[in-house]
Amino acid sequence: MGEFKVHRVRFFNYVPPGIRCVAYNNQSNRLAVSRTDGTVEIYNLSANYFQEKFFPGHESRATEALCWAEGQRLFSAGLNGEILEYDLQALNIKYAMDAFGGPIWSMIASPSGSQLLVGCEDGSVKLFQITPDKIQFERNFDPQKSRVLSLSWHPSGTHIAAGSIDYISVFDVKSGSAIHKMIVDRQYMGVSKRKCIVWGVAFLSDGTVISVDSAGKVQFWDSATGTLVKSHLIANADVQSIAVADQEDSFVVGTAEGTVFHFQLVSVTSNSTEKQWVRTKPFQHHTHDVRTVAHSPTALISGGTDTHLVIRPLMEKVEVKNYDAALRKITFPHRRLISCSRKRQLLLFQFAHHLELWRLGSTAATGKNGDILPLSKNADHLLHLKTKGPENIICSSISPCGSWIAYSTASRVFLYRLNYEHDNISLQRISKMPAFLRSALQILFSEDSTKLFVASNQGSLHIIRLLEGSFKHLHTFQPQSGTVEAMCLLAVSPDGNWLAASGTSAGVHVYNVKHLKLHCTVPAYNFPVTALAIAPNTNNLVIAHSDQQVFEYSIPDKQYTEWSRNVQKQGFHHLWLQRDTPITHISFHPKRPMHILLHDAYMFCIIDKSLPLPNDKTVLYNPLPPTNESDVFRRRTGHAFKISKIYKPLLFMDLLDEGTLVAVERPLDDIIAQLPPPIKKKKFGT
Amino acid sequence: MPEAGAWPAVGCSCVRSKMVEEESVRVVHCGGSELNFRRAVFSADSKYVFCVSGDFVKVYSTATEECVHILQGHRDLVSGIQLNPSNHLQLYSCSFDGTIKLWDYLDGILIKTFLVGHKLHALFTLTRAEDSVFVTINKEEPDVFQLVLVKLPKSPSQEIEAKELSFVLDYINQSPKCIAFGREGEYVAAVRDFYLSVYFFKKKTISRYSLSSSKNKKHAKNNFTCVACHPKEDCIASGHMDGKIRLWRNFDDDRKYTYTCLHWHHDMVMDLAFSVTGASLLSGGRECVLVEWRDSVEKNKEFLPRLGATIEHISVSPAGDLLCTSHSDNKIMVIHRNLDTSAVIQGLVKDRSILTGLMIDPRTKALVLNGKPGHLQFYSLQSDKQLYNLDIVQQEYINDSGLIQIELTKAAFGSFGNWLATVEQREEKESELELQMKLWKYNKKIQGFVLNTKISMPHDDHITALCFCNAERSETPTLVTAGKDGHFKVWILTDDSDIYKKAVGWTCDFVGSYHKYQATDCCFSEDGSLLAVSFEEIVTIWDSETWELKCTFCQRAGKIRHLCFGRLTCSKYLLGATENGILCCWNLLSCALEWSAKLNVRVMEPDPHSENVVAVSRSSGGSDLFVFKPSEPRPLYIQKNISREEVQWGVFVPRDVPDSFTSEAYQWLNRSQFYFLTKSQSLLTFSTKSPEEKLTPTSKQLLAEESLPTTPFYFILGKHRQQQDKKLNETLENELVQLPLTENIPAINELLHTPAHVLPSASFLCSMFINSLLLSAETKSAEEIPNDVNMEEEKESDDSDEENNFTEHVQTTNNADLEEDIVYQLSKSEEKELRKFRKVDYSWIAAL
Repeated sequence: MGEFKVHRVRFFNYVPPGIRCVAYNNQSNRLAVSRTDGTVEIYNLSANYFQEKFFPGHESRATEALCWAEGQRLFSAGLNGEILEYDLQALNIKYAMDAFGGPIWSMIASPSGSQLLVGCEDGSVKLFQITPDKIQFERNFDPQKSRVLSLSWHPSGTHIAAGSIDYISVFDVKSGSAIHKMIVDRQYMGVSKRKCIVWGVAFLSDGTVISVDSAGKVQFWDSATGTLVKSHLIANADVQSIAVADQEDSFVVGTAEGTVFHFQLVSVTSNSTEKQWVRTKPFQHHTHDVRTVAHSPTALISGGTDTHLVIRPLMEKVEVKNYDAALRKITFPHRRLISCSRKRQLLLFQFAHHLELWRLGSTAATGKNGDILPLSKNADHLLHLKTKGPENIICSSISPCGSWIAYSTASRVFLYRLNYEHDNISLQRISKMPAFLRSALQILFSEDSTKLFVASNQGSLHIIRLLEGSFKHLHTFQPQSGTVEAMCLLAVSPDGNWLAASGTSAGVHVYNVKHLKLHCTVPAYNFPVTALAIAPNTNNLVIAHSDQQVFEYSIPDKQYTEWSRNVQKQGFHHLWLQRDTPITHISFHPKRPMHILLHDAYMFCIIDKSLPLPNDKTVLYNPLPPTNESDVFRRRTGHAFKISKIYKPLLFMDLLDEGTLVAVERPLDDIIAQLPPPIKKKKFGT
Repeated sequence: MPEAGAWPAVGCSCVRSKMVEEESVRVVHCGGSELNFRRAVFSADSKYVFCVSGDFVKVYSTATEECVHILQGHRDLVSGIQLNPSNHLQLYSCSFDGTIKLWDYLDGILIKTFLVGHKLHALFTLTRAEDSVFVTINKEEPDVFQLVLVKLPKSPSQEIEAKELSFVLDYINQSPKCIAFGREGEYVAAVRDFYLSVYFFKKKTISRYSLSSSKNKKHAKNNFTCVACHPKEDCIASGHMDGKIRLWRNFDDDRKYTYTCLHWHHDMVMDLAFSVTGASLLSGGRECVLVEWRDSVEKNKEFLPRLGATIEHISVSPAGDLLCTSHSDNKIMVIHRNLDTSAVIQGLVKDRSILTGLMIDPRTKALVLNGKPGHLQFYSLQSDKQLYNLDIVQQEYINDSGLIQIELTKAAFGSFGNWLATVEQREEKESELELQMKLWKYNKKIQGFVLNTKISMPHDDHITALCFCNAERSETPTLVTAGKDGHFKVWILTDDSDIYKKAVGWTCDFVGSYHKYQATDCCFSEDGSLLAVSFEEIVTIWDSETWELKCTFCQRAGKIRHLCFGRLTCSKYLLGATENGILCCWNLLSCALEWSAKLNVRVMEPDPHSENVVAVSRSSGGSDLFVFKPSEPRPLYIQKNISREEVQWGVFVPRDVPDSFTSEAYQWLNRSQFYFLTKSQSLLTFSTKSPEEKLTPTSKQLLAEESLPTTPFYFILGKHRQQQDKKLNETLENELVQLPLTENIPAINELLHTPAHVLPSASFLCSMFINSLLLSAETKSAEEIPNDVNMEEEKESDDSDEENNFTEHVQTTNNADLEEDIVYQLSKSEEKELRKFRKVDYSWIAAL
């Protein structure tokens, strides 16, 4: 495995924005998640919960509601009063439409998927018709006195329930008039609170309306008579979200105390048809408010201020109890936020609205394996680059030589030239970017820093030659005819001849940069690509997929390598396949061609292709490096996967030179420390 | 001087031979058995509550807390009781003796006995299975228990063999709390360790659900402790070691089962019970708080706190109006549905070590000893019931392990029950001793003890003995305390510093010591003229008038543990028992050792009504009892091996009516009865029959009276019976000043029982009413005279009831069969009186 000097970086001050809404799409088994900064992420639940797409946020666009309609169309609405539709192919916003009702608090699609209902600040409930390429305002319902915070359709589509402050209204869709107004009790444990906010409603097919409110109650109402049927007081704080299963036999609510409660419809006696709702299990996976919950057929999904997306499978619904049925907690994005300049030992950190450039510290000391070396020179914060405008940064990159920085927002691509004079650093913006370079999904510099590769959201790839202080557009690879799929992963060979690009679903395309033509396409695989890299010298393309498979494809031979075929024949170790975070970065050791270095959030691994592959009986994780054991033992237990779990959560790991690694960690405790304090709960015995 | 001889050899053979002749006297248990061994059961109308008590089943009235019946017949511990589902006036009981008995609890009659043959640990009945019951038995291995169905054959005979067992569940927990039958007996749930098994009778399948039992902190205390089933729904509630309650639902499906957690208890859930409708769940545990979970919602709960002791069992009445909790301090509380305590049935509290020893309250003749933590309990030996608890420490008891509590270590009664002295101590570490002595005065008005003086740190070290001067002639009450600090202190009652000189309090009058030796015991002579204090090996005699040292005795035979003066004719003797097994008797006139004997005395108690002294010694085989007079070195009576365990305390209880043992050996039992307490806290005595047997007639009579309707006729009849009683025991003094009971005044009775439309105006009735309340007989009108006489008779007879019900009941047994005839014959004379009443009635109506 070899010994490395490791820069253990903990100054990447990244805090993921809190989760505001989740929307589950049963058809495609995908989950849309919107965060407080307006970012929308799409998770593919069948592809090992991989975050396959994302839409950058916008300062003024705080999302309050997210829903799927018409099958695969995704809509969001927010406090700026606009309804947005997202283009899931091109990964951009299709259009934004003002609802003219002030800030929008809630939005929901009709059971048929053809209509969209929004609840606004001014108390209006507006119905929109979804047309194939747009939405069209149809009519207003009876206006209410206060903001409409939650909406729910009756599964037949004839009635809707709307939750406002202190009351719930039931509307008849045909006439648009309110037929019931159900007043919610303001009392909270005997004390009258100022207001009782109905945070969520759910309309069941038998006419029951379930409401959750700021007084900590879950209440069941009969919509036919407008009366309260049953009330469960479950929390001392707000109950903020509710989601019902499609079968209507269970629902889930999330509270501001971070607890998620599961309610189930249980028959009163085994042989009668009478059923009752029973609160069954509480789940405490969050520390802060659970702002949103979703109920997939097999799992409860919750997200909130503490930035975790928690997917808790329902054991009774899971057919086979394999690793898929385990609890998932997703905190970090499944893409790289860090790039590094090997030559100058620089790290570029990407934040929502700025970039930070750091120079790594250095040490003169040497030590044994496991020693912590004292720094002779501390890490330097060289640059703090703020973006202009309200848009979030999509991607960024620093050139290997360290003299170029490029980043992109949803509407512009920025390129900067860095000049180093002793300890001073000057920044020069390259203006006049070409008009076609409007937005990039991925930016990559070539190894010699002379070329810039930009994957635009139209599916095209641009090659730009960088000159001293200026640039020249070389070529554009147009997308394959008929597809508009955006490329979001790029890899270039160290010799600069080959460029590999991968989209969200289809295969990996390999382009010949010299001849400016498509060289070949790696056969498509069912699972999305999470990381790509081309090995030096051999020009083997290493591809990691979200199902934890790793392939090696020889570009010159246009086929999978022998090693890759062997791996496929024998299969990966079951523990390797059970890891729950995707591989986000692959790199190579310049002196050891048989090694592949890769990492996910919880481990760093060196695959030594010369060693035998582990089978299911061998120990995959070797906790201690074999230092004192005999060679015989080492040979017997040695296998191709050398795994280190020292650094976690690991956001980035790369080889700086032959003997030096850089690892960027982001401890969860540091993130929690930056969040607002959670609701104080009395703990018994304290 | 006689030598120290080994006593047991002396009179052993002769006593043995006598015992054969008069075999009737033996050591018997006398009450105080556990009432909290199993769940109590309510009768269908909630009028009675049944509970197991040793070998008996006791029937208590829920309204009066009185024990109405004792169902006896089992020969071992009763382990389960259930109402007969087909006849709710009958009760099944099962016992370790392997029988199931069916009782008529209203009359206290044993109807049938079913011989099962196995040791039965629990009993369950089902409405569905009328002719069979479920019992828990263990077959081979000691810890493997089975739930079996026993078919009870129908047969007219009294004793029936029931050998037809069909097996239901194996490997269950022994405790009946771990088994519950579900809705309409469709399934049975049993818990053990970490799993819950449910057996469905219709499907004949078992479902098993287990909880994680891993050693990590979160799941380490997942053990099941108890289970209960919802009466209407398919819902099982289980209690756990960590204080959680789980409500299981959908348990007929192995995959879709689910549970809800309710968590309030911080320690083990001891018992669970659903209300009759199932709307609420009751739970209890070490917190001494009864929790009611309404609608099984975690936030919707009610509490009944400060119940005093760990809740062991909870049961609900079939009518749904009452529930009861059994507590670890041998108490049953009957609680209304709205969580108001309505009755407390308190047995002898036994869950702590007895430090004060046994005493007799001179007023109530109750046995007094340590009760609940920090309390002194007054336990009536006659009715096997606690009379009351006196809170000595007066601090809320916090139930937490490892907490060092204040302990009540010594108590003594003085001046014929007018004064009570108590000592409490708390010792956190060796050096930090907190001592407090409290003196309580008996208050006639409130009929209880009131704190008079509190002395903190009366001695610098542990107090070893406490005694009052109980001589009749002494005008000021005197108390002597002896401490390990080498002093004995004399405390007397003096005027306090109050300017009106009305308040009285206790102050230290004299401090005595002897060569810095630790004072080990102290004792006043019967006439109060002498005080003996033992200082380790030396006995000192002090004059109680002048507090000067009169003389010392030293035998060099080890530290003196017990000291007592002889009584009556033997008052010139002083007895001392030492730690290394020597009993010495000194003559106070000659100031010389009269005799000594080798006897390892544990308990030495003088009989207050005779010269006899009882000494209980510890030997290898058990405890032996010796009765002797100080004047004679030979014992009067020896009984070897009265108990296998060490006897810790003993006391003589004076008999109200002397017994008449003709045999010489038992004459020491004629005036007083000897009670003693063993290490495992069983209260034993010498008797011809068990005291419970003696009690039965009382309860029968009580029941008969209770069943009578309260009509005017009843009052006449009742009055007559009381007159009869009065004749039987006329020799009783009347101490208590009692107001006449309003129901017993005829004038008021008339007022209340006459229809309103024939009554004269209220102003007319007023003077008559007021007159009737007066006690003086100066202005008696002619027709009121007989009534008043009756009233007084009643009053007296009431007192006699309280004072001496024991003898009275003995008498009633004798003429129990005659009673009915008497009543019948006398009804004619009563008719005359009735007629007189009628005259009175119409006289004032005519005056209208």
